[in-house]
Amino acid sequence: MIAGIPSLPQHQLERLRVGYEREVVRRRRRVLAVLGTLFVLVLAASRCGEVDIANLLHHLSGLTSYFGRIIPTLRMTHFSADIADWYWNFSGWLKLLFDTVLTAYLATLIGTLGAGLLASVAAANLAPNAIVRWCVKRLFEFCRTVPDLVFALLFVSAFGLGPLAGVLAIGIHSFGTLGKLFIEVIENIDMKPIDGVRSAGGSFATAVRFGALPQVLPILASYSLLRFEINVRASSIIGFVGAGGIGQDLFVAIRKFYYSDVSAILLMIIVAVSIIDLATERVRHRLAPIETLA
Amino acid sequence: MTAPPAILPFDAATVLERHRELLTNSSRRRAAGWGGLTGVLLLAMFSVWWLDISIRQILPGLGELAKFVGLMIPPSTGGHLPLFVRSMLETLAIAFLGTLIAACLAAPLSLIAAANTTPSLLLRFAVRRALDTIRGIDTLIWALVFVGVVGLGPFAGILAIAVSDTGSLGKLFSEAIESTQSRQRETVIASGGGAALAIRFGLMPQVLPVIASQILYFFESNTRSATIIGIVGAGGIGLQLSEQIRTYNFDQVALIVLLILVTVAAIDWISGMLRSAMIGRNQATSRI
Repeated sequence: MIAGIPSLPQHQLERLRVGYEREVVRRRRRVLAVLGTLFVLVLAASRCGEVDIANLLHHLSGLTSYFGRIIPTLRMTHFSADIADWYWNFSGWLKLLFDTVLTAYLATLIGTLGAGLLASVAAANLAPNAIVRWCVKRLFEFCRTVPDLVFALLFVSAFGLGPLAGVLAIGIHSFGTLGKLFIEVIENIDMKPIDGVRSAGGSFATAVRFGALPQVLPILASYSLLRFEINVRASSIIGFVGAGGIGQDLFVAIRKFYYSDVSAILLMIIVAVSIIDLATERVRHRLAPIETLA
Repeated sequence: MTAPPAILPFDAATVLERHRELLTNSSRRRAAGWGGLTGVLLLAMFSVWWLDISIRQILPGLGELAKFVGLMIPPSTGGHLPLFVRSMLETLAIAFLGTLIAACLAAPLSLIAAANTTPSLLLRFAVRRALDTIRGIDTLIWALVFVGVVGLGPFAGILAIAVSDTGSLGKLFSEAIESTQSRQRETVIASGGGAALAIRFGLMPQVLPVIASQILYFFESNTRSATIIGIVGAGGIGLQLSEQIRTYNFDQVALIVLLILVTVAAIDWISGMLRSAMIGRNQATSRI
């Protein structure tokens, strides 16, 4: 038995088909327009960016041999000797890596304290003063848009070579990024606990302490830890401009083509960063369930 | 007349006594709080000592810094405005091409790294670890490496951004692919389509808006990172900036920083508009 499939009359079908085809053509045209624009932009950008495929192909073997060369020779027969040879400066690098982590720590602390103070002054619901709020927001914006490496270059000129310049540069950058997040967090709190404290006769300070702080503290701490992870990466390269940490040795190793040193230092950085990521991630999960915020 | 209902006598002391446990923090929590605070402070003091940071270094430095800031006002082009603008355009070109190449490289890799498109555990694992490693190395390090390979200039910067973002975009794309529904792909397979058709008609329509918005977001953030890779010689405005800082031309430094701020704000604005045009207003604010 053939089930009757309901079919529309011919003239209605025709109308639908024409409409469908028109829609398809419209979408195709739009895709083509986007692709065309993209193509023109790519051409313009390649001119501007001095893209040279021939140059790349010419040096491509150089690239692969570069990665071939930075892999150390480890032979099973003298394994420990080869490892010792590869990590000839292990204690020196470890100390620099420790410097790097402490730089990130101090910078995160500076950024968190500064951002916490200014954000609570500027948040619209705690201290509604539009002018202060606007000024603080612009300050945060400035601090996070200027790259930390630029601050580092300036501070190296002002404070001299060494980790102080790195701490301040990364600290200021964290101050900017954390400040923006902190203001958002503080402005999104539930105002009922604060009203509760106020109506029970509490002062402004006690309202902030018992009404606002318990709500925001876990989230702020969580953001700071996330920033610490990012800062460890940042402080590992801040040495490129002379602002302390392991970046200095990495810079020298890459510039002077000390191949096995490059891989040794990179591996140490990657391992340290992964360990710190894992550790802080566990703490963050216990503090507050934010995941995708960066 | 009946007597008014008895009201419990209000006495602050007895109420406090009755709910003492609720009203006071447990001593353990309190100890943890103070202990944590002390730990943070001690570690900070230790870091200051270990990194050899002293007040004798800070005070003169602040004086120097104030002098620099004084020299920055008013900003001046120093007659190099065309050069600065060209470098800024170069920076934009680096960010644009770098992001585009990264997206093209990341798309096929993410298909391999996603669990629902690649059944082979081994292949998936290998690609994921490779992406992680690439991502673990900073863009600036890649830039330094590529300067060694293709020479000084913006091309090294493009390659550096392309490679380092392949890692991040590959991970994000594969997460987007994994969060799609399998029904659409199953429908394509069931009506006789192959694996390629299933990806084209069952997967792409679901992930394309997410991926496009991620690419835009990366373009924004790459505009920022492209401003600094010039410091290691990989082209763009960073080269001019570090030159002017090293030669103490602070009025020109201020101008370049302003130029960067304006450009970054403009790019943020444009890509924000494109993003909201693509995925609708309400989702535009939640990035990634």
